[in-house]
Amino acid sequence: MAAIPLISARNLTKIYAMGGEEVRALDGVSLTINSGDYVAVTGASGSGKSTFMNLLGALDRPTSGHLSVGGEDLSEIEPGNLAGFRNQMVGFVFQQFNLLARTTAVDNVALPLLYAGIDSAERREKAIACLKLLGLGDRLGHHPSQLSGGQQQRVAIARALVNDPSILLADEPTGALDTQTSTEIMAVFDKLNADGITIILVTHEQEVADHARRQLVFRDGRVLEDRS
Amino acid sequence: MNLWASVQVALIALRVNAMRSALAMLGVIIGVASVIVLVSISEGTKAAVEAQISRFGTNLLIVRPGSSIFGGRRGGAGSATPMNDSDALAIRDEISGVSGVSGEVSTGASVIAGNVNWPTRIQGVNAEFFDVRDWILDEGRLFDEDEDSASRRLAVVGQTIVAEVFDGASPVGQTLRVGGVPFEVIGTVEGKGQTSFGSDQDDIVFAPLSTVRSRLGASRTPTVRGAVSTIYVDVGPGERIDNVILDIQDLLRLRRGIEPGADDDFSVASLAEFIRARNETESQLGLLLAVGAAIVLLVGGIGIMNIMLVSVTERTREIGLRLAIGARPGDIRNQFLIESVILCLIGGVIGLGVGISGTLIYAEVGQLEIAVNPLIILLAIGASVLVGIFFGLYPAHRASKLNPIEALRFE
Ligand SMILES: Nc1ncnc2c1ncn2[C@@H]1O[C@H](COP(=O)(O)OP(=O)(O)OP(=O)(O)O)[C@@H](O)[C@H]1O
Ligand SMILES: [Mg+2]
Repeated sequence: MAAIPLISARNLTKIYAMGGEEVRALDGVSLTINSGDYVAVTGASGSGKSTFMNLLGALDRPTSGHLSVGGEDLSEIEPGNLAGFRNQMVGFVFQQFNLLARTTAVDNVALPLLYAGIDSAERREKAIACLKLLGLGDRLGHHPSQLSGGQQQRVAIARALVNDPSILLADEPTGALDTQTSTEIMAVFDKLNADGITIILVTHEQEVADHARRQLVFRDGRVLEDRS
Repeated sequence: MNLWASVQVALIALRVNAMRSALAMLGVIIGVASVIVLVSISEGTKAAVEAQISRFGTNLLIVRPGSSIFGGRRGGAGSATPMNDSDALAIRDEISGVSGVSGEVSTGASVIAGNVNWPTRIQGVNAEFFDVRDWILDEGRLFDEDEDSASRRLAVVGQTIVAEVFDGASPVGQTLRVGGVPFEVIGTVEGKGQTSFGSDQDDIVFAPLSTVRSRLGASRTPTVRGAVSTIYVDVGPGERIDNVILDIQDLLRLRRGIEPGADDDFSVASLAEFIRARNETESQLGLLLAVGAAIVLLVGGIGIMNIMLVSVTERTREIGLRLAIGARPGDIRNQFLIESVILCLIGGVIGLGVGISGTLIYAEVGQLEIAVNPLIILLAIGASVLVGIFFGLYPAHRASKLNPIEALRFE
């Protein structure tokens, strides 16, 4: 399969001003990621991994530099239209799952569809299909508090996938899980990538990073190593 | 995201924090309920006053000596020259728009029939009096002008006299001794009940004016022939009451020889005005209380705002998550705004129920006829929605301005 550049970052910089002091969370990152890639981002704590992911997911804006995702220059999207990008182009998975409490698995997964303006019957149908895909067909009506950590993360992945995004962004998706459950979750990612979705995940664990085909090592806001 | 979906999201959020939602509504409930009770009672009182006025006759004028009948200073009522029969005749004959006139004298006396002795009031009136004051014949007949002029000893009695003196049996044809003078009872009039002052209007005996004056010595004044204490004037339907009042004033000034520029030494007042004036303070007080209740509603709104701000802070991570998966700031704002409006609306509906029940209980206990104006229901609902929007706007705006990253990191 010919590699098409899906993400391209040029001189991407994010500076936080902390009371007069500048923190260069990202310090001129330039790279491209192709469609269908499976990328692991590693590096020491504070090296800028989460900052990079947040820029990719349009949750935050760079201080300078260019970032285009799926052919769209993110710095040129009106702030009001970023919601559409977050909703359609990417799916985000967090370390802390971030599921809505006292809300069923189906309703949690259906949430992005709500903001996509899809009617309730179709929302439910798609959410159930997604949960089944992740092996949670028998947990549809469960609340997060009634699910194990691994099951909760799978609900979160289902939520990230429900709108058929091109890119799945996962910031330490196994960080809160034990080894056994991590392995289960990584198997899910492997399968999703095999089905064609581009995956970028942040991790501290080498076994997790080894699932990816490409590894980016960050240090002090820069890409130290780019291994394929 | 459509409205219905937003409403569902809001309802779920409210149910999750049911107890807190209920407490937040309390202010709105109390506010709406008290507005409804107070406005309804105030309106009910006003309606009762109007009913009373129409019972008395809206076209009735009362002419009396003295500068003011009803005001605080009834200056010189005793000293001013009384009205007399010929004043009454002049008003009837010379003023256009007048459909009936009657003088009145009255005295307290004991009436005796058989072995019953009953203290009551005797009113001496002209034949037109019954029309003028809307007394309706119940049984027998009324006396006429000739019988009045002839000072016939005839009596028309009220329902209380029928009940108390004649034990409920028909008194027509019976003899009633008033201050030792025998009167023949020729008729009875229908009951009118109590006045708003609580006195029994039916505890009354009517007799021809001249008879009462000559036989019972009521309003006998050495200086004035044919004195009467009050002249009642019935203004014909469709006539301008104020014009009739002015005409009567002019006529009486002339008859009583009042110099131009000098004050009247008599008064011509419409009863309707008097009753309205007396009740104005009352309904103003009601309105003032309703304003107080509206302030309670506003304070309730501040409670709502407080709860919504707490809710926004508590759900910061949820807001961050929603933004991260594609909620527009407007969706977030609407979600919290709708939550606030629903909160107020539910509070308003409960307050409506409480207010209507409270009004009905008040009406039942006070034996008043109070109807809850349907307009007030609309007003209550509208006011709660407005309170919800007004006090929800700031928290909702704050929620919509959150930065997704910071919101997601919020502990
Ligand atoms: N909102 C912020 N304000 C100020 N500085 C920040 C902010 N967010 C991140 N930083 C700083 O930017 C740098 C990069 O942070 P980032 O969260 O990207 O690190 P990371 O690689 O994800 O670390 P970890 O592995 O611990 O999650 C850090 O030095 C951090 O202190
Ligand atoms: Mg991080």
